[in-house]
Amino acid sequence: MSKPPRFARPFSRLLANAAPALIAVEALVLAWEGYAGLSGISPTTLPTPSRVVSQAIEHRGALLENTIPTLGATVFGFAFSLVVAFTFSVLIDFFTPLRRALMPVFVVSQTLPLVAIAPLIVLWFGFGLAPKIMLVALVTFFPMLVALLQGYAATDRDIEALLASMGASRATLFRLARLPSALPYFFAGLRISITYAVVGAIFAEYAGAAKGLGIYMLNAKNNFRPDLVLAAVSVSAVLTLALFGAAMVIERLATPWSQRDKGRRP
Amino acid sequence: MSATRLELSDVSKSFDGLAVLDRISLQVRHGEFVSILGPSGAGKSTLFQVLTGGVARDGGQVRFDGAALGDNSPFAFMPQRDALMPWRRVVDNTTLGLEVQGVSRVAAQARVTPLFAEFGLDGFEQHYPAQLSGGMRQRAALLRTVVQDRPMLLLDEPFGALDALTRSGMQRWLMTMWAQHNWTALLITHDVREAVYLSDRIYTLTARPARVMREFAVPIPRSRRDLASAEASQIEAEILHTLLNQQQDP
Repeated sequence: MSKPPRFARPFSRLLANAAPALIAVEALVLAWEGYAGLSGISPTTLPTPSRVVSQAIEHRGALLENTIPTLGATVFGFAFSLVVAFTFSVLIDFFTPLRRALMPVFVVSQTLPLVAIAPLIVLWFGFGLAPKIMLVALVTFFPMLVALLQGYAATDRDIEALLASMGASRATLFRLARLPSALPYFFAGLRISITYAVVGAIFAEYAGAAKGLGIYMLNAKNNFRPDLVLAAVSVSAVLTLALFGAAMVIERLATPWSQRDKGRRP
Repeated sequence: MSATRLELSDVSKSFDGLAVLDRISLQVRHGEFVSILGPSGAGKSTLFQVLTGGVARDGGQVRFDGAALGDNSPFAFMPQRDALMPWRRVVDNTTLGLEVQGVSRVAAQARVTPLFAEFGLDGFEQHYPAQLSGGMRQRAALLRTVVQDRPMLLLDEPFGALDALTRSGMQRWLMTMWAQHNWTALLITHDVREAVYLSDRIYTLTARPARVMREFAVPIPRSRRDLASAEASQIEAEILHTLLNQQQDP
């Protein structure tokens, strides 16, 4: 049985796949550049993309300095969220009545408007890392929990019957069947949640922080520097894409079988 | 005549008032290959669940080697679909039963590895199930079953999902394996030909609720079993006749 090389996709094909997206983005940037340059609109209202890039390069020191706290808040908050989501998923899987007790609470937590909650959490917990971790966890916890629970539920019934016939305990069943079955769902959730996590961190900083992309954007806006706001937005976009890419790499390494089993991925 | 291993007497089971098994009685002797033939949905798989402890029976007795079933199940069960874990390599799938029994990974692999050649899986130890053909997956599932070293095999339509040609090959292969090992097995199938080819005795079941309709012996020595032989064809025709007649006349 022949297997295609996993990472060595020909570069030309990669380029061909990305070409439509690249052309679309390029056209958009050109149209923007043309409009902002020719209409005589003030750069304090709508800066040209070239100005955004040149200002980003000029202020790279400040941008980097503010990116690190955002990255830290995202990663710590997300890690905290994963630990909590995993713990609750296991508890709910072993004690099903808990599901009915806890799920309404979690659903309500998702209906809270971040705009209103973020300043309150900063008010209660200060300008440090703690409120940021909490806000990132608030936006990412629920999707991760749902992904894990769905993954457990997707366990093959035949595999469970087989393990039962072998005399496996409930804990063994969980370890050998339900947990690995949930991995593809877990990673699907991870890819989505990591993008929420960055937004959550920036929101938290927006509400109040010493340093970070969120507070940087707020200050730039107040100083009538939309070019620097957009520069910070670009940095956050790149940060999100990098985390998304990292999640995909981890997924590939952690689920080597699913590359050969694409049809079954959720 | 060798000793009776498995003995079911009057085993019944109903789900929500719907009778599925109705006073099933049957025996399997040491070293015997017995098949249960019946229409789809007759409750054949429920019978296996009763044996493996997945479902509690409503009435009747199950005795193994003369004693009631205890905590340690005497059965190694092979489910209808192969139920291989897609995230485990083939070798780790075949050691699953041993791992559940508490055998260490290294010891379990040492026990399984010498059997790979005989099961036609040589060189595929480190592959994932998705990389195997249907026949190989089925052989891996059977290897996982027999390596548990339980006194008796329960095979639930093991070749049902395979194409006709692969199935014939697998039946022939299982037959030669049977000749070499001293297994005792109970096979569920709805393939009359498969049952005649592989079994010493065959029980036919009625449609739900499943009742034992008749018992057939296959008095053909394994050395000269051939599906095309007149003897085999005659038994096959007789079984088909019984099964079809009861379906027309419920």
